[in-house]
Amino acid sequence: MLTFTPADYEAIGLSVKVAITATILSLPLGFLLSYILTYGVFRGKLLLEVLINLPLTLPPVVIGYFLLILLGRHGWLGGMLEAAGIRIIFTWKAAVIASAVVGFPLLVRSMRIGMESIDRQLIHASRTLGAHWYDTLFTIILPLSTRGIIAGSSLMFARSLGEFGATIIVAGNIPGVTQTIPLAIYEYAASPGSETMALSLCIISVLLSLVVLIFHEVMGAKLVRRS
Amino acid sequence: MEMRVKAGKSYGAIAMDFDFAVSGERVGIFGESGSGKSTLVGMLAGLLQPDRGEITLDGESLFSSERRINIPPERRRIAVVFQQPTLFPHLSVESNLLYGFRRTLPEQRTIDFATLVDVLNLDGLLDRGVNNLSGGEKQRVSLGRAVLANPRLLLMDEPMSALDDNLKFQIIPYLKSVSERFGIPYFFISHSLVEMRLMADQVIVLSGGRNAALTTADQLARDRMGKSPVGYINLLKVTAPRRSEGLFAYRWGDQDLHISAGDDRAEALFELSSKDIILCKRHPEAISARNLIACTVANTFVSGNRIGVELACGDQLMVAEIVESAAEELGIRSGSELFAVIKAVAFRRLG
Repeated sequence: MLTFTPADYEAIGLSVKVAITATILSLPLGFLLSYILTYGVFRGKLLLEVLINLPLTLPPVVIGYFLLILLGRHGWLGGMLEAAGIRIIFTWKAAVIASAVVGFPLLVRSMRIGMESIDRQLIHASRTLGAHWYDTLFTIILPLSTRGIIAGSSLMFARSLGEFGATIIVAGNIPGVTQTIPLAIYEYAASPGSETMALSLCIISVLLSLVVLIFHEVMGAKLVRRS
Repeated sequence: MEMRVKAGKSYGAIAMDFDFAVSGERVGIFGESGSGKSTLVGMLAGLLQPDRGEITLDGESLFSSERRINIPPERRRIAVVFQQPTLFPHLSVESNLLYGFRRTLPEQRTIDFATLVDVLNLDGLLDRGVNNLSGGEKQRVSLGRAVLANPRLLLMDEPMSALDDNLKFQIIPYLKSVSERFGIPYFFISHSLVEMRLMADQVIVLSGGRNAALTTADQLARDRMGKSPVGYINLLKVTAPRRSEGLFAYRWGDQDLHISAGDDRAEALFELSSKDIILCKRHPEAISARNLIACTVANTFVSGNRIGVELACGDQLMVAEIVESAAEELGIRSGSELFAVIKAVAFRRLG
């Protein structure tokens, strides 16, 4: 029997909220960078690629620590935000940023694969038919990248749901404020006699992941049928 | 249309340099693989930036390395029909057709949608998805889409190469309509001499990344006859088929041609190699070949180690190919009267 406390419900709600926000906020930048990496020819492309993919290879705790340095009260960006009255560290916004940074390479990789599969002649045809590059981007590349966008968003959403290391460093583990499902499970696992509560949240994690994967598959199949 | 090109591009040690000026409505660009056709198309359309030189169309500079001009493709008004029919897979046939039209200034729209649909026989396809079309239909939609963009020049980059032989020549009237019905000048790019002769008046011959000659398609075919394994290809337009002794008898000008590969369609285009015509000085007594045509030598020309004999057969012309000793034996000169012997199986249907 699944057992939840009010804090667990908050953790579930927060996890979904953080994952959705991180994914939605990352989409425009992810799409733009995927476009630049796929079609751009410029110096420093390799460096940009390495930088985008760096969070894939770094331990999340390291990413969290860097974010803490950057966004902390005495950090370069954190100081400026603090002066403007905006506080990030140890709020749910920090959890969003941590999730976005960790999941971003997955989003860009999937979108890029989608864009690379577009026949270049379609883009050439569009340009010679009078479309500016931004017109081609929105009328040809964007619709034909839908599968890559869905795949990338699903991956990023799933990764955000499971994000732990970076989040605990920059957002802390404050029940009702920054405690997401993984952080709540961690807390239960460290407290004797809370196995049922931990297991209940684990099952919710599995269910959420299943929903994301099924959504991805169904949308993918729909797009294949449509084309 | 007047196009001047003096531009080049290098790929490592390989340099491609084009230098020609051409005017006319139906221009061919002929060359084998690797001759630079695709590079030239890319440069003209603005999809590939030359390293050096200048390109002008009707006096307007499209590219100039000296003056740092490089008009982007969307402002050149040079549309392209690609080798593969590159239709936008997420759009319907109608939306594909209107893609360029919607991006054309109203004052530049001289071709209307309904006329185009009628000429290219696209009615009935408009609501369909492009993945449900046959190869020929796709290429017609691709052509229509380019024409509706109201370009001042259309580049047709080997538009028939993705089609099988049967479809290839069915699409020719549609391709020709670009100039004949819509008044759009075109560059027709191909490595096929037959296609060149059907589609182009003047031909720029490319070889090894350079333009080697500016000639006519027919002259090019004659020049290459002696070296070509298929010789000079005669293109014969025939009409009014009727069945005769297991063959099809067609009208060719004021005489009959007996052809085995015929059918009941009222008009047809056949090819006949110059190598498949036997010339006789006198009427043969009895012969198995079903075509024995009385003709007069209109002209002769030398191509490699062969002699081309242009024959006037009634009001029609065809070219036969013989070796020099045969020409001497037959005593061929302008005005000589001969008989052309052609087997019924020598004709190949084109469309």
